[in-house]
Amino acid sequence: MSVLVKEASPVPGEHELRVNDFNINVATANGSGSQTSNNILIRTLFKMGIPVTGKNLFPSNIQGLPTWYTVRLSKDGYLARREGIEVVVCMNAATVAEDMQNVMPGGIILYDDSLPVAARRKDVTYFPMPVKELVKEADLPFNLRDYVANMVYVGFLAYLLELDCDQVRAALEWNFEGRPKPIALNHDMVLSAYNWAAANVINNQPYRARAMTGFNEDKILVDGNTAAALGALYNGVNLVSWYPITPSSSVAEAVIKYGPQLRRDPDTGKATYAVVQAEDELAAIGMAIGAGWAGARAMTATSGPGISLMSEFVGLAYFTETPTVIWDIQRMGPSTGLPTRTSQGDILSVYYLSHGDTRHIVLFPASPAECFEFAGTAFDLAERLQTPVFVLSDLDLGMNYWISDKFEYPKKEMDRGKVLSVEDLDRWGAKWGRYLDVDNDGIPYRTLPGTPHKLAAYFARGTGHNEYSGYSERPEDWENNLARLTKKFDTARELVPPPIIEEVEGAEIGIISLGSNDAAVQEARDRLSAAGFAASYLRVRALPITQSIRDFLAKYDRIYVVENNFDGQLEKILVNAHPSAAPKMEKVTKCDGLPLSARWITDSILSHLA
Amino acid sequence: MDKATKAVAPARSPKTNSLGLEKNEYRGRPSTLCKGCGHDSISQRIINATWELGIDQTQVIKLSGIGCSSKTPTYFLGQSHGFNGVHGRMPSVATGAVIANRTLTAIGVSGDGDSVSIGIGQFKHVMRRNVPMTYIVENNGVYGLTKGQFSATADQGQVLRHAGVNDLAPLDVCLEALATNATFVARSFAEAMPNRSKRYSKPRSTIAASPCWTSSAPVSPSTTDSVDQELCLRQRAPDLLQELNFIPSYEEIEIDEYDDEAKSNCMTARGSSSSWMRTTTRPISWRPIAS
Repeated sequence: MSVLVKEASPVPGEHELRVNDFNINVATANGSGSQTSNNILIRTLFKMGIPVTGKNLFPSNIQGLPTWYTVRLSKDGYLARREGIEVVVCMNAATVAEDMQNVMPGGIILYDDSLPVAARRKDVTYFPMPVKELVKEADLPFNLRDYVANMVYVGFLAYLLELDCDQVRAALEWNFEGRPKPIALNHDMVLSAYNWAAANVINNQPYRARAMTGFNEDKILVDGNTAAALGALYNGVNLVSWYPITPSSSVAEAVIKYGPQLRRDPDTGKATYAVVQAEDELAAIGMAIGAGWAGARAMTATSGPGISLMSEFVGLAYFTETPTVIWDIQRMGPSTGLPTRTSQGDILSVYYLSHGDTRHIVLFPASPAECFEFAGTAFDLAERLQTPVFVLSDLDLGMNYWISDKFEYPKKEMDRGKVLSVEDLDRWGAKWGRYLDVDNDGIPYRTLPGTPHKLAAYFARGTGHNEYSGYSERPEDWENNLARLTKKFDTARELVPPPIIEEVEGAEIGIISLGSNDAAVQEARDRLSAAGFAASYLRVRALPITQSIRDFLAKYDRIYVVENNFDGQLEKILVNAHPSAAPKMEKVTKCDGLPLSARWITDSILSHLA
Repeated sequence: MDKATKAVAPARSPKTNSLGLEKNEYRGRPSTLCKGCGHDSISQRIINATWELGIDQTQVIKLSGIGCSSKTPTYFLGQSHGFNGVHGRMPSVATGAVIANRTLTAIGVSGDGDSVSIGIGQFKHVMRRNVPMTYIVENNGVYGLTKGQFSATADQGQVLRHAGVNDLAPLDVCLEALATNATFVARSFAEAMPNRSKRYSKPRSTIAASPCWTSSAPVSPSTTDSVDQELCLRQRAPDLLQELNFIPSYEEIEIDEYDDEAKSNCMTARGSSSSWMRTTTRPISWRPIAS
């Protein structure tokens, strides 16, 4: 505990400080409890008013493999991933050499002083942390030592970056939901590290986190999966049937967590919803379809491999015209891929999921607030259109914390679609046919099982059927049915969330993107604009393609379709929908497991323009 | 033998049931299965039982998977909602439906291919969850619709025209159900399923043997689990045609109906022991997991 920074450079003056505009990378071993420390860190920064994002780069492993948590502070309010590390915290022996090497010149390195330090760079500043000694001093129960040890770097960062210590304390209280014992235990460790650093370390480095205003007011810090679960609970979900798969499990788990507070019958105290962990994804979607057929709002949440397994059942729901909602929190594919890395690689497979002529409604939320909103939109569309509705989120949006607008309590009544009552059936008599297109919008009327009327029953089947749901092999019945389903899909174009279009006067280039790329695209537009290329921007929020998207495609001379997959899957759908725009469309795609960065998008587009 | 082939009409049928409905109102569309198929007998028994019990059809849901047996819900209870799912996955659809509306009476109809080959997983899990439904497996040990492949209940050593010899030991679907703590398991012969069972009032599964005359007939009976099929086949298909594209018509096999539960409990399709296998005592406690 005696060796400090020997050749301390002078303490920087105020004008030399770099405030609220740098990246912190925390390198730990998976399963060491660092997630808690990282959550404390990001929540503290958020509560200080600083625009901040956290990206958890974790391995598909329970314990031991390296994991990184990158926090970006951006005084300008940019929330996308940014390359480059200015502040690194090294807690993992397996990666310490590499982690130290990756710091930008002028950066700082905090490290557990028991780690083998491979090299000493001249262009960075080192801050050894006596982690073992401080933990030993704290005299903690043996089984908690490694866990609480991660609070040491929180204390060190609090001192070096000048974090608001009251907010650190508040973040601990939030994280441990007010439980005094773990709050005290962890807070003591933070304080002891802070005090040790204050007494022994000269803060001669330039990075500072300073409280600010103008960005985080009225915002919340939340992950997309929690938002999705809350949205479902607020929009009348009756059944969540699911099978555990990263990165979607936390959708169902958040329903389990928040459901008891939000969805108990005040009279009986009983839950007004059910959660079933199914034996596999086939059963999960089967249950959701059975419940949707019987009149419930049912959903499942999964990821790529689960989508593949659900394929046959989704075709059945499409063809029987049964409402159901499927959340796909995308991860890397093909195959098992990288289960803990993000991607947008399921767009095409989900759009056309299942054999035969099928296509589906797909929603693309870009933020937690939109996850919350689309949870309700998806149910409304599924019941209005009597069809499966997919919501495509991804690991980055679903599992990482985002600064988000507060969730808006649903203002609209739920749309339960065209469901016939006993009175309707009395009135309609034998004229009712399950698949009759009465309103010329392709959407037939349905009845729910249990409707006490002798004409209510129909037979839902995946086999060929006529307008009265009878089995049919007649060629004209088959063609009529597919033609009506196509008409229904055209009706859907008018009902799905329209794209968000931001047009710039005089812009010659247009950017089209979707989902969680939004923050990076917005930042890239600022960079492009600074380079002299103003870009209009259309964010696709749903499939099928709407007329406004076709108009945008027609309008711009150069269109860049930005996606986090390899093949340019959205671009393929756009080309298909609007072939004449194909020559002026360029895919801007990357698929390496990381969220897109603004710099990469900007450089890619500039290289096309050059 | 005489007894087995002679149709004995039940003398007890009143014209209308407690709801004032005639039995005809419990029928469905005409069957498209082969003439004499045991599956049709089971459908008839479902019609009889639901009519006799005075069940309101509008409060019944019929669920099935894929295969000959899974076609049958069209042929009974025409005023009940039906859902014909995907192969082997009827149980999950049923689970979702009864969670959505817990007042409905659910009848699932499946076969040995649907429940034991492709669908053994969902079969086991629906029992494990104690989903309140009647689950009928119409077991003939063979794939009928695809014409003559072995299912997982076919006997070891059995021979079929195209499939050859079955080298694998069968799964006993009743044992599978019992091993998963099903609350009620019974085994019967298609034509012998008792009418007056209260089987629709409680969650339970019924495994009914229903030999396939068509797809298993050419060489040998497909499964002893279904009955002593050889006996039946000798009786019904003495010429054992070696053609799969010719389907001879048969008369439905009828055996005496038993008047009460006590007798039906002793009824046997194989001439040896009880066909109602066992009722487990696990209490029925169905509730949403999250409550």
